[in-house]
Amino acid sequence: MTIAPEAFTFVRDLVRRESAIVLDTGKEYLVESRLTPLARQAGQVDVNAFVSALRSRYNPVLTRQVVEALTTNETSWFRDGDPFAALRSDLFPALARNRPSRQLRVWCAACSSGQEPYSVAMTALDTPALTGWKVEIVATDLNEEVLARARAGTYSQLEVNRGLPATTLVRHFTRDGAHWRITPALAAAVTFRPLNLVRPFPAMGTFDVVLLRNVLIYFDLPTKRDILRRVRQVLSPDGYLFLGAAEMTMGVDDSWERVPAGRSSVYQVRGDAR
Amino acid sequence: MRALVVDDSRAMRRIVARILTGIGYDVVEAGDGQQALDVLARGPKPHLACIDWNMPVMDGLSLVVRVRENPQWRDITLMMVTTESEHSQIVRALAAGAHEYLIKPFTSDSLREKLDLLGLVPAPTGEVAS
Repeated sequence: MTIAPEAFTFVRDLVRRESAIVLDTGKEYLVESRLTPLARQAGQVDVNAFVSALRSRYNPVLTRQVVEALTTNETSWFRDGDPFAALRSDLFPALARNRPSRQLRVWCAACSSGQEPYSVAMTALDTPALTGWKVEIVATDLNEEVLARARAGTYSQLEVNRGLPATTLVRHFTRDGAHWRITPALAAAVTFRPLNLVRPFPAMGTFDVVLLRNVLIYFDLPTKRDILRRVRQVLSPDGYLFLGAAEMTMGVDDSWERVPAGRSSVYQVRGDAR
Repeated sequence: MRALVVDDSRAMRRIVARILTGIGYDVVEAGDGQQALDVLARGPKPHLACIDWNMPVMDGLSLVVRVRENPQWRDITLMMVTTESEHSQIVRALAAGAHEYLIKPFTSDSLREKLDLLGLVPAPTGEVAS
């Protein structure tokens, strides 16, 4: 089966309206593969029939499931390692020098099933300069289902094989039947909540580090600009923003400057834009 | 780069060898710990050894201990690749001198990511190492 062009257009518009994520032409395979389980569950013969039913009658629950199915990404621990090495060696120690309160706040803005915020938490626990500090990590995602998984803090054998060094595994996880469970110290460091980046942010306070990695790529230019503007408002003046390795603020929001951090680079708000 | 794959299952040796060959390794194989020691003694020395735990004649943990006892083999990176997945077993293997631990079943991506952690992904073909 191939998804009909009008069905793809409908799904693309729906996802764009609900999440501002743009599904380019060529992503038909993604729509088909991610929606097939939902179609089956709804008792439809295929994705085209499923989409037709969705078009004929608005169903908020199904709509949310469709958006979630198409906005979930596979993720590994310490993804693209360099940012985490930079946090440990440069950024956390630099922030620690300017925080007499001995508290740091980090926001993971598209946390998916939790690998990123827990990786930040492990990095903070393994940073000598932060010994005895309170590091609070707020992790958000659009997708309620992945948030529930993230909150549970249990991962399959296949998931812990993905990018997690063995020394880190034995230090921060315990076995729980066929799964691995994060330690209570790690669980206590991270708070999960649903958040749609397209909508105004709820009151969350300010953050010292924001990770917004591999998520802007899904948005159109005005939405990217708007998100970066609002991130500026919740980032402390000397705070750091991480984007994905292939993303940049240049030409989107020039209030940011790119600064090197270890083998990685981060963004800070320019002095004149604070 | 050279790798030694130690596993009593020929099928598993093939799977691991195929992934390693695909990213640029020359691979030699051994069916148990004692065979692996013989291969190492003959040379040339590998950069990496992927080692199963449960094998006849000499198991993987004993092999790790034996390799670590020999100063000439100190710079070989040892990675357990095994179905043994208890927390205490991973701790034992790391304490004995294994650098990494990959639990079966695994995907080719997870093996590559482990090599990446170890800095053991060979430079792409055509790139001249300095």
